[in-house]
Amino acid sequence: MTYLTRAPIQLDGLIAEVAGPDRGGVASFLGTVRDHHDGRAVRGLEYSAYDPMAEEVCREILLEAAARWPVRVTLRHRLGELAIGDVAVAVTAAGGHRDEAFAACRYVIEELKRRVPIWKRETFVDGEVQWVGVASSEERSGTTAP
Amino acid sequence: MITPASVSATIRVRLFASYAERLGGELIEVPAEGIRTVGDLLERLRALPNGTVIGPATLVAVNLRHSPPGTAVRAGDEVAVMPPLAGG
Repeated sequence: MTYLTRAPIQLDGLIAEVAGPDRGGVASFLGTVRDHHDGRAVRGLEYSAYDPMAEEVCREILLEAAARWPVRVTLRHRLGELAIGDVAVAVTAAGGHRDEAFAACRYVIEELKRRVPIWKRETFVDGEVQWVGVASSEERSGTTAP
Repeated sequence: MITPASVSATIRVRLFASYAERLGGELIEVPAEGIRTVGDLLERLRALPNGTVIGPATLVAVNLRHSPPGTAVRAGDEVAVMPPLAGG
């Protein structure tokens, strides 16, 4: 696995992958595990993926970003069980200046959320377990996915 | 659902997250007869026990690519039927 990982995400490693002497703007986004969802206290969550497709779609998104802006950009998404505060996803983009670094970083996280086949199952403090996105968009009428 | 004689004419369907739990497994094989498109396959799956879990926001990938309902599906393809995504 290249972009998916079961080990804790180390931001320093991502920055080292994309940094360079001609790239003076480095932007990173971290998504961490929240302690609440829809007003309920969350104890932890588990991410799973359609691994081969997720890897391929991540690669495509990074190529798209690198074609659109003069940057080097990479990402990691964690799988498995995570605790509150753990880093679930990290994106780092490095360019000559901040504008392209911010823009590429934003593009990658937005496209990842829209296209990469990953799911999360939250465990609430009361012990109930729920797949995120399914109940909110399909089983409850009149609402949309987060 | 799986018989040795029918294996060559089946579509392998991977299910994920809530769909795998509700439809009885992460990999099922569906007879390919009568299925020409992603839409046909979804219709067949919705007729299975608990098939109504496959709602309007369902995503489908054919051979690792996101594929709209009109996409052709053939025996031997790997088709993923996916609930709304929740990465990030």
